[in-house]
Amino acid sequence: MRRAGAILWLKPFVARPIALAGLGILLATLLAAAFARWLAPYDPYAIDPLIRLTPPNGAHWFGTDQFGRDTLSRVIHSARMALLIGSGVVAFALATGVPIGVFSALFPRLGHVLMRVVDVLMAFPALLLALGLIVVLGPSVANAILAIGVGYMTTTTRIVYGLTLRLRAETYVEASRSMGAGTLWLIGKHILPNLVSPLLVQASFVFAFAQLGAASLDFLGLGAPPEIPSWGNMLAESRTFITRAPWLLFFPGMMIVATAFSLNLVGDALRDRLDPRFRQVFGEKG
Amino acid sequence: MWTYALKRAGTTAVTLLAASVLIFAFIHIIPGDPIYVLLGDTATPDQIDALRHQLGLDQPIILQYLTWVGHVLEGDLGRSIFFQAPVLSVIADGAETSVLLATMTMIWVTIIGVPIGMVAAVRHGTWLDQGLSGAAMLMASVPTFWVGLYLILVFAAWLGWFPSSGYPSIFEGGIVNLRYLVLPSLTLAAPNAALILRLTRASMLDVSREDYVRTARAKGIRPWQVVRRHILRNALLTVVSAFGFTFAALLSEAVVTETVFALPGIGRLVVQSILRRDYPVIQGVILVIVVVYLLINLLVDLSYRLLDPRVELQ
Repeated sequence: MRRAGAILWLKPFVARPIALAGLGILLATLLAAAFARWLAPYDPYAIDPLIRLTPPNGAHWFGTDQFGRDTLSRVIHSARMALLIGSGVVAFALATGVPIGVFSALFPRLGHVLMRVVDVLMAFPALLLALGLIVVLGPSVANAILAIGVGYMTTTTRIVYGLTLRLRAETYVEASRSMGAGTLWLIGKHILPNLVSPLLVQASFVFAFAQLGAASLDFLGLGAPPEIPSWGNMLAESRTFITRAPWLLFFPGMMIVATAFSLNLVGDALRDRLDPRFRQVFGEKG
Repeated sequence: MWTYALKRAGTTAVTLLAASVLIFAFIHIIPGDPIYVLLGDTATPDQIDALRHQLGLDQPIILQYLTWVGHVLEGDLGRSIFFQAPVLSVIADGAETSVLLATMTMIWVTIIGVPIGMVAAVRHGTWLDQGLSGAAMLMASVPTFWVGLYLILVFAAWLGWFPSSGYPSIFEGGIVNLRYLVLPSLTLAAPNAALILRLTRASMLDVSREDYVRTARAKGIRPWQVVRRHILRNALLTVVSAFGFTFAALLSEAVVTETVFALPGIGRLVVQSILRRDYPVIQGVILVIVVVYLLINLLVDLSYRLLDPRVELQ
């Protein structure tokens, strides 16, 4: 049974080589983040004014920035921030969205009020909501996660709410309830297991869009502090030098594109594997 | 129809009311006394007391909220600390750029997203479809400011075809000033065109599975006629409603693009106001954008009902 499940999960990837490539890029990013200290050829903070703004060459594959820091090393170390923000936002969205969504669907009276609150939050465009929260909380990595996460908490809650409502009406859930099953048992036995695969799809899209959101915040100077290497920060710094040092723009940007694109591919492949009843719950943007 | 319209307008009003509480709370939950926030760090104790009384900050919070709502309804959104001018006029100054930018962006989105999405749907399952859909997903995965910086590098710095930044009003320099908005609107259009492309494709594929399409085909109507008269017409209904949401979302998405191109729009105003700690302006812009966002969504919902009588039956 377990093995059959694993094969089912892998099937959409094997059928679509491009999705497999996406999975590969993600794995590479993960490895880069985990082994950044050993993979990076130089110290990402080491300043050397003598070689500032050198184009890519044998010693510095991706060139150097305005302080003579090695771009390749900084790009590799930035993978950590990308994974931290991505997993942070996903964790926040799931940890808040799943309980609120399930709860609202099972207890309609209070749930109705909760879903109205979610509606109100959805009246704020995502980026504007994030900016407003950053103003209140102050710029930092944790607050960037929170500010971006709130926007995806609402979409996740909506999806979980819709799915739980549907599951609640299933005959086997009603049968189980009529046999005296308690609410907690229902949630643990019937609701949550059925939410796993749609939430995996949602998680990969949220992870992808969190990358773009974090890059925007970094670029505006409202995300991770400038001394922390992140792809967004690297782009923000290189902005002044675009004509003199275009390579500074290229590599961090490519990394953002590669991770976000891979996650979208993976999410798409997973969505196709999804139970057709659940597919329509996902909008185009996830 | 009318009961629905009233009901829908009522929901919007309630949502707006709740959102207004959050927006009002915004200035009160910022760390520090709102008086210092409003007057800056250089205020004297006398000034502080005077303003506290003048603004009614010594009143109960509910009363303060009601006063604020009253002012907002009269068009008074407070005063900008930085500009020393009414917030509404500061926002109005940026409106021209923002609205023109959003409009030009929507033109690109329409002429790029819809036809390509149609081609992908008609050639569904072929290599062409996979290539176009893949390209769309790639475009949706690119940070807008990165696209913007590359457009500046290539079309402004290297080729010199378009200006790289700023925007002088068309009311002063004439319609040619729209060239300042070409690169920014293309930047902003990239991810949104991708979205509309995917939506056009998906909704055409949905419609082509409908019974009436099968009937039309069975009657022997030529394939292109089926696409044009049966599939496209019904599919575009969904797409048109997405235009509303996209346009509304553009106003806030433009924050980053306007910063890259140094455009004097509402988006850049937000970022600069955040950096200047000009809280009344931030609050005002958030309020204006949320109102516009909700109103457009309301209009889209209502027009959807008008355009498609079937919706009422469901």
